[in-house]
Amino acid sequence: MDHGEKRLMDKNQESLFVRLIPFFERYGILLLILIMIAVLHLLQPDVFLSWRNVTNVFKQVSWQSMLALGVFMVIVTAGIDLSVGSIIMLSLMGLAIASKAGMPWYVVMLVAPAIGFLCGMFNGIGITLLRMPHPFIMTLGTLYIFRGIGNLISGGVPITGFAEQIRVIGNGKIKLDAFFGEGAREYIPTSLILMIVIFFIFWIFLNHTRIGKWIYAIGGNPGAARAAGINVDRILIVVYTLCGFLAGIGGLILAGRTNSAYPNAGLQSELDAIAAVIIGGASFFGGRGTVLGVFAGVMIMGILRNGLNLMNVSVFWQQVLIGSIIILAVYIDVLRRQLATRT
Amino acid sequence: MSDNLVLEAKSVSKFFGTITALQNVDLHLNKGEVLGVVGDNGAGKSTLMKVLSGLYKPSEGSLFFDKEKVTLNSPRDSQNLGLEMVYQDLALAGNLPIGDNIFLGREPTRKVGPFNFLDHKKRKQLTEEHLAKLKINVKSADQKVEELSGGQRQAVAIARATAFNAKIVLMDEPTAALAVKEVGKVLDLILNLKKLGVSVIVISHRMDDIFTVCDRVMALFQGTNFAESELKNTSRDEVIGWIMGKKD
Repeated sequence: MDHGEKRLMDKNQESLFVRLIPFFERYGILLLILIMIAVLHLLQPDVFLSWRNVTNVFKQVSWQSMLALGVFMVIVTAGIDLSVGSIIMLSLMGLAIASKAGMPWYVVMLVAPAIGFLCGMFNGIGITLLRMPHPFIMTLGTLYIFRGIGNLISGGVPITGFAEQIRVIGNGKIKLDAFFGEGAREYIPTSLILMIVIFFIFWIFLNHTRIGKWIYAIGGNPGAARAAGINVDRILIVVYTLCGFLAGIGGLILAGRTNSAYPNAGLQSELDAIAAVIIGGASFFGGRGTVLGVFAGVMIMGILRNGLNLMNVSVFWQQVLIGSIIILAVYIDVLRRQLATRT
Repeated sequence: MSDNLVLEAKSVSKFFGTITALQNVDLHLNKGEVLGVVGDNGAGKSTLMKVLSGLYKPSEGSLFFDKEKVTLNSPRDSQNLGLEMVYQDLALAGNLPIGDNIFLGREPTRKVGPFNFLDHKKRKQLTEEHLAKLKINVKSADQKVEELSGGQRQAVAIARATAFNAKIVLMDEPTAALAVKEVGKVLDLILNLKKLGVSVIVISHRMDDIFTVCDRVMALFQGTNFAESELKNTSRDEVIGWIMGKKD
């Protein structure tokens, strides 16, 4: 039997179910979101899909999604960044101090992303040049260092009150009077627009540029990337720097949303970010995952928290549920891979 | 014959501290020739390949590409001279499609304003053309490498090595990890390269490989030239004897 014949036979033997696998692989997670929305709508018909609640979910996830997007890129390289929660706090504190020092709003606005950028670069340089055995160790170290510095420069107390131009990023509303009539209460949060724009830019970056391709290649086989003449260390520094930069943007959004910089900002949010990335289908071993998946993972976490809050489920039960969903999502991924590699 | 010389190494030695990996080794390769390099483990085959590809700098001796003396500082330099290495561990990224692997690090791009974006269409087209030229059969150029069999992966690695008009391809044990039925396909591929005028150096332990594809075979023993012959003037038993350091 020659090769072509055998392949033809295989194809005929494939059941409908098997042929649907690639479809589920790509869009299954969106299906899950739709199911969650449908269920929550049935349980809370008046509230859940109200304009106010939906925008609330988006405002909440907008800053978290920046962390998840950055951590996602790091995880694609088979790395990890535990420090993003501390980067968001440090950049927030830096912004607050710049604001308090009376700097003009456009400088204040740049402070948070700039601090994030530098923190990320510090991580990247540590991981590559200092030859740390694993990014876990470097970023575990900076998790403490960055939050410590944040508390040192702020004295460990909250700083509140920012310029309107800063607040508009995290809390701004784009009125929809044109659609809903004069004085309508419907609006689109500025942070939602910002989130969509940034996700789109990074989707282009990862899928349509050479560096994006190399990031996936490094996650797949760093040896292959090196043999192909790719400067792996330089790309890793870029990835960690961008991750820090995104955390800085997250800090900027959070500043606008809360109008305050506080010592506990972003505490444990690195874990939420990792959870969202994993739920979104990225592989912890690197090389696998999509920007759309990250968005979906962030939305699932956000919708779940929001839904459980609406239903007055205790925070403790929320923790149990989110943990279970992480394990379940990864287990589904394991099953899926078993099906995909069956011979 | 010597007019066709594409690569030559003259009395190359390589020392690692007190260890002598290569001692005054000579090697020459003609256009469109397949040279088999045999030798026991530790005979210096892989070290010699790494010297030729620029991964190691020779401690003594010199290299000539197209009869011109060159100094290689990295594999990039040898690539620019038309020499490509197919690594034993394949050096492919399993999570990426065939086309992405073949063009990894040298992706075709198109300019949009000030930005360079990947040209997915062109990559796919170049991949399909190149696979067709080498008569490599795969379902699609978009198939991920991890879904391929060992032989197909080897074929992709060779396709990658030859995608940019390589004149010389070095292969380190190209059939070592393959199922029996796949070995033939890889050997066909090597003969195909030869037809296309590419010169190939194959390291192999398998006499079947050597006697199927090679024009000439040379044996290294403890880091030195031990024996060399046109294939038609030798036999399997003799070559096996060389590997073990026996010469009549």
